[in-house]
Amino acid sequence: MTFVVKPKVHHPLLPVNEIGLTRRDYEGLVSTLCAGCGHDSVSAALVQACAELSIPPHQFAKVSGIGCSSKTPSYFLDKSHGFNSVHGRMPSVATGANLANRKLYCIGVSGDGDSASIGFGQFAHIVRRRINMLYLVDNNGTYGLTKGQFSATNDKGSTSKKGVPNLYDPIDLVCTALQLGASFVARSFSGDKGQLVPLIKAGIMHHGFAFIDVISPCVAFNNHEGSTKSFEYVRNHSGHVVVADYVEVADLDPDYVANHEEITADYAPGTTEDVPMPDGSILRLSKLDKNFDVHDSVAALNYVQQRQEEGEVVTGLLYVDPEASDCHEVLHTVNQPLNALEEADLCPGSDALTAINASFR
Amino acid sequence: MTTTYNDFVIRFGNVNGSGSASANGMFPKALFRMGIPVAIRNLFPSNIQGLPTWFEVRVSERGYLGRREGVDIMVAMNAETYREDVESLLPGGYLLHDTSKPLPSVLKRNDIFELGIPISTMLLSEFSDPKQRSLFKNVVYIGALSELLNMEFEVITNMVATQFRGKDALIKPNIHALEIGRQYARDYLPCPLPIQVRRSTAVGERILIDGNTAGALGALYGGATVCAWYPITPSTSLAEAFEKYALKLRVDPDSGDRKFVFMQAEDELSAIGIVIGAAWNGARAFTATSGPGISLMTEFLGLAYFAEIPAVVFDVQRSGPSTGMPTRTQQGDLLAAAYASHGDTKHVLLFPSTPVECFDFGALALDLADRLQTPVIIMSDLELGMNDSLSEPLVWDDARKYDRGKVLDADDLENVEQFGRYLDVDGDGIGYRTYPGTHPEKGSFFTRGTSRDEFARYTESPDAYEQNMQRLLEKWATAATLVPEAEIVSSGQRAAILYYGTSALPMREALDLLAEEGISLDTIRIRGFPFGKEVYEFIARHEFVFVVDQNRDSQMKTLLVTEGALDPAKLIPVIYYAGLSISADTIQSQVSGYFTMRKMPRLKVVKS
Repeated sequence: MTFVVKPKVHHPLLPVNEIGLTRRDYEGLVSTLCAGCGHDSVSAALVQACAELSIPPHQFAKVSGIGCSSKTPSYFLDKSHGFNSVHGRMPSVATGANLANRKLYCIGVSGDGDSASIGFGQFAHIVRRRINMLYLVDNNGTYGLTKGQFSATNDKGSTSKKGVPNLYDPIDLVCTALQLGASFVARSFSGDKGQLVPLIKAGIMHHGFAFIDVISPCVAFNNHEGSTKSFEYVRNHSGHVVVADYVEVADLDPDYVANHEEITADYAPGTTEDVPMPDGSILRLSKLDKNFDVHDSVAALNYVQQRQEEGEVVTGLLYVDPEASDCHEVLHTVNQPLNALEEADLCPGSDALTAINASFR
Repeated sequence: MTTTYNDFVIRFGNVNGSGSASANGMFPKALFRMGIPVAIRNLFPSNIQGLPTWFEVRVSERGYLGRREGVDIMVAMNAETYREDVESLLPGGYLLHDTSKPLPSVLKRNDIFELGIPISTMLLSEFSDPKQRSLFKNVVYIGALSELLNMEFEVITNMVATQFRGKDALIKPNIHALEIGRQYARDYLPCPLPIQVRRSTAVGERILIDGNTAGALGALYGGATVCAWYPITPSTSLAEAFEKYALKLRVDPDSGDRKFVFMQAEDELSAIGIVIGAAWNGARAFTATSGPGISLMTEFLGLAYFAEIPAVVFDVQRSGPSTGMPTRTQQGDLLAAAYASHGDTKHVLLFPSTPVECFDFGALALDLADRLQTPVIIMSDLELGMNDSLSEPLVWDDARKYDRGKVLDADDLENVEQFGRYLDVDGDGIGYRTYPGTHPEKGSFFTRGTSRDEFARYTESPDAYEQNMQRLLEKWATAATLVPEAEIVSSGQRAAILYYGTSALPMREALDLLAEEGISLDTIRIRGFPFGKEVYEFIARHEFVFVVDQNRDSQMKTLLVTEGALDPAKLIPVIYYAGLSISADTIQSQVSGYFTMRKMPRLKVVKS
């Protein structure tokens, strides 16, 4: 619980990032989730990713809805502002937050109940609006805080802890995001930090709406035999399609950076494609299936669904459009954050009002 | 018959979507430009084409802007409503209609005058295009009225020229249609009628503007940068006016960069969510909606109250409950707005009565929301929002600074010993907040709808919860000192009348009518909620107070009784809620009826 305070001191040899901070500077409060919860692994991955990106913690804004997953913004980035809002409505709050200050890195954390059930409408519309943010779903297929009801992402036939099968077809948020124009779509697994951390880093740095569906088993209510969201099931059924690695600017050979634009998108299986990121870093993609094109959202949708039919959970980066534009560009908003504009920018003044009055005579 | 000047009610009965709106609109605008006070009411159906629509203009040299019962001149252009249109005329009234088809004799009235014009027949030979023939029907009767009522014709022709500037090909045929009507009236009708108009100075400096446009301008001048909304009658035109003026006044001429965001959301939940997200992050944000939208926003409004986030909402009220009568006016959302959300929740309300107050309160609401860190709801209605009303000009003081409330920047944080988001440092119930991204080390906090301590840390401690809820009451008391004071006119009467919003429109006339009956009342116009102490003192000074509500259940009375622990028997409801705006006659008859029923003394004996 929050009564437990983490020690302030840390190991003197903890590595520091480019701005002189350690991983501890990106941590949050002690988690109140169940021991072994997948969500805590996701929070840990977020801590590591943000620390490795060397972004000052206060430059993040964290938003969430309601549920186990939505509690997690307390458990990372203690030095950033966080907003635990209303069930299923994080997308609108995130939209407003991003509209007010486009310079902040916005991270939204939601769950399958929050985004696929009560908030499915808001989820669909934030994808359409292209808000520049990382939208991360901790997907465990169940309602944890109310003790184990099925959520809308739960597979048909997957059983509850008491052995009752789910009667309804699932909503796949990855497919929804691909269909509605998300410019970065990935699926990952809380048990695979090696895959998740680079994806989070790429998602944060992606310019546009980045969505990661993280299958994150619920140890209390959905980790039994018969569940398709258990650690064991996901480990045994997941297939990795595109490995993403995030190469920091600092680690790049300057000549390589200068030439990276020339690298073509065509590559053979096992080879890599480098996608330039806004900060100059490189998103290095290794394709494990030669038939897969990470820049084709229609094919990605098809691929995910075909594999799903065969009982396989496709993970990795599924789609990225490095040229994507965000909501502010679409709306032609001024570059300065709206929350920093003052009277001189905003108020047209009394002379303009005199003219307006005259137009109503 | 004696001639009267600038004192009548004219009503136009048309079919929705027949192009009558622009022609009818010319009529009051011409009178307004002749300096004559007009009040305009557009009674339109929830429909785009085909259903009946009425346009009513009250012309009043004395400046009575409320609705008056009965019609003096009826322009009956809709066969479907012909019967009720004829019936709506007062005895001695005038019925202007198209005689191209004969009037059914069953609808004849002996106590009215008919002004028949063969409009369709005349147009048949003048215009070959059937669409033009249909549109110009409306223009022909405006031409005829100009002659019948002795209007200044060039005022109308100038308006046509202005209206169609850039589409010059339309000017000539419009003026021709006006002249056809004018000539027919001159040749065949008893011009001018004993009901006439004449140039006046009664309008003065006032402008003719709708409350929604004025409210949007208030938000724009008040520094709103985010407008998130969902289309709903009768608030849509407020959001759209904001965009229109922002595109004119908030766009960098060189770069085309916009210093605002106008976002149509997928529903009202999202609209208020965007507003709250933006305001949490330090932008001034608002939404415009109506009753059904308020219903959808309640959960978020509760969050904003409890998590203490500014939000500005224009509620342009319409007739409820449910979808109700979506194109009819009402003041039916008071309780829904005042206590929107579960738990102990209360919201600051502002009650504009005029377009200039829509403007003033639009800007003020943004200041109040920031100062009080809570939602502020502006309670307009369809009557005020969608009709052009005479209004004092909009005024802005260039020296005015926005009040962004208690916000700490990076320098402030350096100097603060201990930052606690919900610490009541100043004893007014309002803590200090920070925007995300302000300082690398200090001032971050977690915003939540769950209970927390003064340092924004989650807690379920009974003491911390109760202390927080009590502090919100302290803030509520502060709010009562900051909302606009009630407007009081007092001459020491024992009885008084309390009203708000658009009930102000007929009030002066109602008081004049009551005075003729020997009833004098002190008045108080409520402009904000929570009520200031002047409201309770005023009520305490009077034996009884009429409370005028445009809703069935006396919602303002409920608010007064609840918040002020007042004796309900002292507050006498005056009610009208059938979809039109309350008339002077309604107020007069209910107040007068109460005096009669209670055998209350009057100042003088009424002549029977």
